Parts: sequence; C-alpha cells; structure tokens
Amino acid sequence: MDAILIQILNGLDKGAAYALIALGLTLAFGTLGIVNFAHGALFMLGAFCAVVFQKILTISVKVKDESVTLFDAYKEQPYLEIWLGDFGAAIVDWAVPLSIIFAIPVMILIGIAMERGLIKHFYKRTHAEQILVTFGLAIVIQEIIKHFFGANPIPTPAPDIVSGSAAVGAFFGLSDNLVYPWWRLIYIVFAGVVIFAVFAFLKFTTFGMVVRAGMADRETVGLLGINIQKRFTIVFAIAALVAGLAGVMYSPILPPDYYMGMEFLVLSFVVVVVGGMGSLGGAVLAGFLLGILQSFASMNEVKSIIPGIDQIIIYLVAIVVLLVRPRGLLGREGVFED
Amino acid sequence: MKKNDQTPHLDRRGFMKKTAAAGVVASSPMFFMKGAYAAKDFRNDPKDSKTVTLGFNVPQSGAYADEGADELRAYKLAVKHLNGEGDGGMMKTMKPSMLKGNGILGKKVVFSTGDTQTKSDAARASAKRMIEKDGALMISGGSSSGVAIAVQGLCQEMGTIFMAGLTHSNDTTGKDRRRYGFRHFFNTEMSGASLGPVLEKEFGKERSAYHLTADYTWGWSQEGSIKKYTEALGWETKAAVKTPLGAGDFSQYITPVLNSGADVLVLNHYGKDMVNSLTQAVQFGLRDKNINGKDFQIVVPLFSRLMAQGAGENIKGIFGSTNWNWALKDEGSQAFVKSFGAEYGNPPSQAAHTCYVQTLLYANACEMAGTFYPPEVIKALEGFKFDGMGNGATEYRAEDHQCFKDVLVVRGNQNPNSQFDLLEVVQEVPRAQVEYDSKEFGGELGPYEV
Repeated sequence: MDAILIQILNGLDKGAAYALIALGLTLAFGTLGIVNFAHGALFMLGAFCAVVFQKILTISVKVKDESVTLFDAYKEQPYLEIWLGDFGAAIVDWAVPLSIIFAIPVMILIGIAMERGLIKHFYKRTHAEQILVTFGLAIVIQEIIKHFFGANPIPTPAPDIVSGSAAVGAFFGLSDNLVYPWWRLIYIVFAGVVIFAVFAFLKFTTFGMVVRAGMADRETVGLLGINIQKRFTIVFAIAALVAGLAGVMYSPILPPDYYMGMEFLVLSFVVVVVGGMGSLGGAVLAGFLLGILQSFASMNEVKSIIPGIDQIIIYLVAIVVLLVRPRGLLGREGVFED
Repeated sequence: MKKNDQTPHLDRRGFMKKTAAAGVVASSPMFFMKGAYAAKDFRNDPKDSKTVTLGFNVPQSGAYADEGADELRAYKLAVKHLNGEGDGGMMKTMKPSMLKGNGILGKKVVFSTGDTQTKSDAARASAKRMIEKDGALMISGGSSSGVAIAVQGLCQEMGTIFMAGLTHSNDTTGKDRRRYGFRHFFNTEMSGASLGPVLEKEFGKERSAYHLTADYTWGWSQEGSIKKYTEALGWETKAAVKTPLGAGDFSQYITPVLNSGADVLVLNHYGKDMVNSLTQAVQFGLRDKNINGKDFQIVVPLFSRLMAQGAGENIKGIFGSTNWNWALKDEGSQAFVKSFGAEYGNPPSQAAHTCYVQTLLYANACEMAGTFYPPEVIKALEGFKFDGMGNGATEYRAEDHQCFKDVLVVRGNQNPNSQFDLLEVVQEVPRAQVEYDSKEFGGELGPYEV
C-alpha cells in the first residue's frame, strides 16, 4: 500500500511539471496556432530566473580563507549577510520562493518580446516553418545561457525548513515509512494553484472569453469585429509566464542547466498530443496521467515483467491513445486537421 | 700460396680499430635508432616544426562537465610546466624523469581542445578532428568510460596514443584494452577491493544492498565489482536497477527503495547524476530511516571532491573510494596542489590530477624513447615505474596498460577545516591489496604498428 501511495505522489509531482509546461504549450497553440518548440527554453529561462535572483541576493565580498595554507583561497560572504545578519541569511535561504516575484515581470517581458519580435511573423507560415524557427530560437537561447552561466547545473536549494521530507504516512494514520519531500509536495500544490488560476482567467474574465472564442473559431471571432491578434501577445506572455513559473519552482528539484528545457520539451509535446491538440483540460489531464504511469512503470515489480518499460511507457501510451482516439483524450475536431 | 688465400690474420692494430668501431656503434644505439625512427613515417610527425600539438578531449557539457572543466585546467597547467613556465609542479618531484622544461624533445608544446559532450560519438568526432585537422600527436581526456573506450578504439585505428583521463570501468584496460591506450586512473575492481574491508568494519556482514546504476559500461562494471566484494562479505543484493545517464530526476528510481527492505543504497552514479541522485535520496528521508534495526546507509563507490561540493551537506559521513585527494601530504601532491591552487584559486580534483600526470608521463616517455614515433613511446610507457606523482610507487603494467598504485578510501567530512576539505581519507589502501591478474578481464592489446 505504501509503495502504491508513494508512486502516486511521485507521479503527481512529475505530472505537475508536465502539466504546467504542456498547459502553456497548448495555450499558445490553441490561440495562436503556433507550434512553439522554444517552449522548453521558456521553462529553462524560468529556472534561471531563480538562479539570477539567487546570484543577486548572494553578491559577495571575497574574504581570504585562512584555513587553506598551500595557496591563496578566498571565501565569498554575501553582503546581505554582512548588512542584515541572520535576517539577510534568511532572505538568501528563501531565494527560490522569492524569485517568483522576480520571474513574473521577467517572463511576461520575455513572452512579449518573443511574440512581437519573432513569432508574429510566422502566424501565417506552415507548421514546419514554425517548428524550424522556434527550434532555432530555443538553441540560440540555450547557447546564450550556456555562455553566461556555463554548462554545469547550478544548485538552487529550497529553504531549509522545507528541504527535508514530510511524514505523509503518519499524517494520514498510515505507515511511518511513508515520507515524501516537502518541496515536491509544495510543487504539486503550486501547480494546482497555477492551473486553477489560468482556467479561472479564461473562464471568468471577458478577455478569457474572447480568447476561448478565438481558440474555438478564430475566423468567426474575427468576423465579429474582434481583433484577436491584439490579444495574442498577452496570451503568449501568459504561456511564457506559466512555463517560467514551472521552471522557477522546479529549480530545487533539478538544479538548472542550459539544457533542461530540451529534456522536457519532447515529453511536453507528447503530453499535448495525448491530451488533444489545443485542449487545455486535455493537457493537464494527460500531464498527470503520464506522470503517474511513468512512476508506476518504474516499480521493480513492473520492470521484472517488462524490462525497460519505464523508459518507453509514455511513448507507448501515446501510440495507443492516438490509435484509439486520434484527436487525443480531449481533442477538438478541426484542430491541426486542415 | 697467394697472400690473399691465407687465413685472415688479425693484427693488434686491426683488432683495436675494429673494436673501437664496434664500440662506437654499440655504445651509441640512440644515435642510430633516432635516425631509424626519423626514417619511419607516422601520422602527425612534427618533423622540423618547432611545436608539438597535444589534443585534449574533455566534456564541456553533459553529466560530467564539472570534471571536464577541471581536466582542462590541469592540461593547461601541464603544458605550461612542460614549456618551462610556472613553478614546475610535479615535474620537480617525478622520479625518474627526463623532463627538462623545454617542451617535449625540445619542441614547444601547444594544444587543441574538443568537447566530448559525454557522448561517445561526439567524443570520437572531436578526437578525429584534432588528429586530422589540428595535427594532434597524442589525445588525452574524457570523463566517462564509454567515451574513453570509444576514443581509445579510434586512436588504435589511427595510430595515435591515447592517455585516458577519468575512466573507471574495468573494461578500459580489460576486455577493451588497446596497445595505444593507457590508463593512470584506478578502476572499479580496485574500488571494490579497497572498499570491501572498510564497509565490513563500518556496517557489518549482515546488510542488504540496493544498487542504482548508471546504464553504461562504467555503471555495469562498478555494480559488478561492488556486488562481488559485498556479497563476499555476506551482504545480500536486493535489487540492481539501471538508470539512464543524465536522468536528472531520480525520484522514480528512489521511491521503490523506500519499501524494498534494503538497508544500504549503493549509488553507482558519477558527476551531476550522483549529485542529483544523492540529494534526492536524502530528500526522500533515506538517511533517517532505520531498517531491520540498522541505520540506513548510502555508499558512493566512486567519489570526487567536485561531487562532494555539488552535493553539499548530503555528502557528510558517506563512504567511497577515490584515485587521489588534494589533502595528501606527499611531496608530489603538495607541489601539484600549490601550483594548481596558485593558478586557479581551487585545489585540483582527482580528474585534474590524473590528466596532469598523464600529460607528464607521455612527455617523459617521448624523452625516454628519444622520438615521437608512437610504437617506441608505447614501449617506454609499458612497465614504466615511477614515484613522486601523488600515489606512491606506481607502475604502468605492460600487459594491460593499467597503472597500479595505492587507492584511497574516503568519507564525506563531518567537520571540514576549510571550504575544500570535503573528503576525509579513511584509509590509504596499499597497491598489493588492489592488484589482480592481468588476464582477469580478458582483452588483447593489439599490434604496435598500425
């Protein structure tokens, strides 16, 4: 029982990341009709917002390390700690959650710049051309990050208070053995809040209503005199923000490096396809579903029956879903079918 | 009877002349041999050039990029020292040594670099580029056994000597050994042989181990060696699960450990993978668990200070083995640390150490052979015994091109004295304890001439 519960939790936390990335990807595709292969790079840029913010908070003075005698070595002491003492240290400790405040404007600006500067010129081009240009853009962004931050992952730890694990089993009156890292639980909750916020925005605001109408039938919305194009920039910025926030909060789970976006990109496209092209609900559902399936496929009991299943489960499910439901789980008729 | 029909007569003067001539020939073999080498045509022979090019092929991206960056620092320092710049580092402590600080055989050392990306195909491509386009006479580097074996094979085909960097799989000098490949670094068999007795002393004989293993030649080799030595102690192996190289998130592999009944987790991971898997194992509360009445333990058979730095607090108290540590007090290690620290502000890693030593050993072998002609350089390296390079008396075994020397068992330092004092040397295991028969892992070196 413990094993099953822990795999479900693990699936939820993996699924939360897949769902958040796929949500932004679908949002851009459903409204703008853009197949954005640079979406993984936006996730990575979000994670690097946490890195940059951490670096800003830890701008340091170099102090000679007297304990090293064979050569001159220097320790770094953050100014924040010098000026504010324990309070300064606490701010540094909370760098990742605080970096959300930094990431929101940065990701919105990046989204606007990307859409205005490049994407808008490709709305009427073929999907193949969109893929080529956005994939190229992803590589450029990666190389810029690599140039400034190097190729190595940069540790961005969670605050001390949530760096351990929660006694989930004891809390629910189950086995004491059932523990789960606090930060991963926080990530699941965070993903739920972001997904709810995006859905609420689209459901309960006039702007959202127009966007949904545009996703359903862009041509008719245009004929009604609504300039949907003007809203595209904002939608793209929201998609970038969702991917960025997913990246910020993922940074304590996986220390960011320039390539982390690419690792998630392929999976996210599979999630979008399984969920149904252009379906926001489908993307979220498929994200969690595939995360949980991947987690269960990693159990030794499953792998003893089908070795290596954990590596291919997502793709197997994608094949089966596309054979049975070619439009994906919640796919709409007419999307990507012209 | 004609005079010339007589039995040849050797008078005293003639005897002296012939003896002197024979003596000159016999006592000056290098003169004649050098001439003979010069006549041999070989790839990238520097001939009359004033420089000789070495190719340094290191991972600048991927799971082992940290090690790669440090390897490159070490190579640059070695080149500097070979050319007579800086304080000379280990060139002053290496014994025996023919290095003079005037390059190699009087030619200034220059180098080109490549990025292996921790991928065999990319590593082969960059090595090939350095040999064919940059004229590299020797290739060195790599931080993965998969890469080392692939590049070593290429170097054998191209007749270029490969001085392996960080590669720990038994296969590199076992079944995949090559005449043109040399490894100074230790291997998984030596890690198992050195760690086994320490693990028995610390954790006892009744333990149940769960392995997470990087799914490529090094991971398989290390898992095999650690299983061999722990099972010999009486430990049970609960499961051995393969994980993809560069998996990033290992949570799906760690969660099954929680309820497996195992009380030891062996992480056959290295570099970024090890940092991630160890950090995540600690986050999942494994070190706080008590299974079968015993405290849960984590073992990292191949340790490095760079990884310890990445894993932070999580590394404290964890056992592993290492090829070399900057805290060693011997003259060679201290000279190297001083030199490297002055240059870069950090002590060198074990990857940096092995790469630096390999570069000096190659240069010295060329000096010993009196030529760059690879078959003669290989012969100079085979069976070469040396000291003063940080691991005590060391020998390049001729049969498999594996260096034999003392191995270190280390533990994550609980009370570090400095920011770099992350590994505590628990035991310097003598060479005799880790030695094995050269035929144990099979393999053929192949020909000298290619």
